Amino acid sequence: MSEIKKFMYVNRKAPYGTIYAWESLEVVLIGAAFDQNVSLAFIDDGVFQLTADQDTSGSGFKNFSPTYAALGDYGVTKIYVERESLEERGLSLDDLQQLTWEDEDEDYAEKDSIRLVSRAELAEILAEQDVLFNF
Amino acid sequence: MSMLHVVNKSPYERNSLYTCVGYCRESDTLLLIEDGVYAALAAGKAAAKLEGLKVAALGSDLKARGIAEDKLVEGIEIVDYAGFVDLVETTDRVQSWL
Repeated sequence: MSEIKKFMYVNRKAPYGTIYAWESLEVVLIGAAFDQNVSLAFIDDGVFQLTADQDTSGSGFKNFSPTYAALGDYGVTKIYVERESLEERGLSLDDLQQLTWEDEDEDYAEKDSIRLVSRAELAEILAEQDVLFNF
Repeated sequence: MSMLHVVNKSPYERNSLYTCVGYCRESDTLLLIEDGVYAALAAGKAAAKLEGLKVAALGSDLKARGIAEDKLVEGIEIVDYAGFVDLVETTDRVQSWL
């Protein structure tokens, strides 16, 4: 197996108006199967992907939002949400799904996957990555 | 002459809403659909743009996006697809700001 790389998926689109959000999720799940160090970032309208209580029954879309809750099981434990984007849109962490992962090194303790970060902090995190995917 | 203005783009990604409100007159109605419904979040920056306008939003698009009714700008009328048709029927023209 080659060296583990840091993969970052940057999500900047709202969930249903375009196909980007769903496509990103599919690529993330495929990438996660290759044991890389995977992180996700949600910036701009991308923060809308994580809102709780999405119900597409009246609009004919597939509701893919429950899939985000499965990311922890795929070893995706670092989900960065940009504070400035949330605030500009009138949202807070309480409006988002709670996403968790189980830490096997700590007797499977359940930990939060979502990390609220500032734009400046996220800029530093992006700079540390080996590969960036943009959606 | 009354106009129904339809906006389907997020105000945080495109300027459709901003241009549209500049064209809204007294007798007009603004209908938010698809990603346009994000403009209706009361705590969001775009909400100020809706002040003084007659605004409706498509309920199924709000629900799909997880936007609860108590988070909306006050006075917005929530319509279903039949209500959408009624708005089209009761106004003289439809302008879609794609």
